[in-house]
Amino acid sequence: MTALLVLSLVLVAVAATGVVLTERPERQAVTLSAFGLTLVLLLMMLQAPDVALSELGIGAAVVPLMVMLTIRTIHKDHHDRDGS
Amino acid sequence: MSRTARLLLFAAGASVLAATFVAGTFGMPEFGGSEHLYRDLAVPAAVAHHTANVVSAVNFDQRAIDTFGEETILIASTLGAVTLLRPSREETVRRPPDLGHTLESTRLVGYLLLPLMLMLGADVVLHGGITPGGGFQGGVILATGLHILYVTGSYPTLDRLRPTGPFRAAEALGGAAFGIVGAAGLVGTGAFLDNFLPFGSFGQILSTGTVQVLNIVVGVEVVGSIVVLLGAFFEQEISVRKRSEASR
Repeated sequence: MTALLVLSLVLVAVAATGVVLTERPERQAVTLSAFGLTLVLLLMMLQAPDVALSELGIGAAVVPLMVMLTIRTIHKDHHDRDGS
Repeated sequence: MSRTARLLLFAAGASVLAATFVAGTFGMPEFGGSEHLYRDLAVPAAVAHHTANVVSAVNFDQRAIDTFGEETILIASTLGAVTLLRPSREETVRRPPDLGHTLESTRLVGYLLLPLMLMLGADVVLHGGITPGGGFQGGVILATGLHILYVTGSYPTLDRLRPTGPFRAAEALGGAAFGIVGAAGLVGTGAFLDNFLPFGSFGQILSTGTVQVLNIVVGVEVVGSIVVLLGAFFEQEISVRKRSEASR
């Protein structure tokens, strides 16, 4: 059990570092989603399925989707301005 | 304020925070230990109210007022985000364009997943009192499940399937119903958000009194909130254009 716990903690740390080291924001949305999934694993290991479910919905799906849509809207606005 | 003054202010605050944090951390029970004061109080209280999911008992019974506050925060933040994202005077909303080609297999998986996600979400909401999950988690699953239609490339269908009006109403009604259930407890037993409904047999879906009712109410509110929130983001991305471009 402890080994699995350490493994999932390391996974979270690696994924979080990955998010920080991702340079382009649109790619960051994807690494953020992966980071959310490692958090879900950790929370399952800590026997907190309720929190894991919330994290799965919010951290791995809704927030990355919002980031992605925001970035696309900003790009679109830039494109429009450059075009006119 | 000068740079030095700001640094001094920061150092003063940070050192107090660091000292209390370190002292507090060393005073905590060991990680993974078997001594849990809160558990020893919360678990018997949950069992006394026939709520098998102790987390739900804490969220919707023992500390329901905290959840009421959180639901109010959710409504307020959704309202704020939607207000910021509404089309401005220089922008115009047009009919959502066809998003073009999507792989057949992606569409197939999407259409198969849609009913499954909706069923799973409803299941998680309704069993909130007895198994992991509850109104919030189930509501998020329901709301994100609907948006699978976007992945299948049928944004117009998604747009038709989730008219914002009813979902806005659901958000407001869910939030209000939480307060009404709380007030009913106040009238019935003299305590706000008291679990005043009769309990059933332990582990059954209708065993938990108001926990079950509040889970459903929160589920309705969360579905409304997330759909309205994501809807505003989608609208900005897909159907809102600057006026000058639309008239071209």
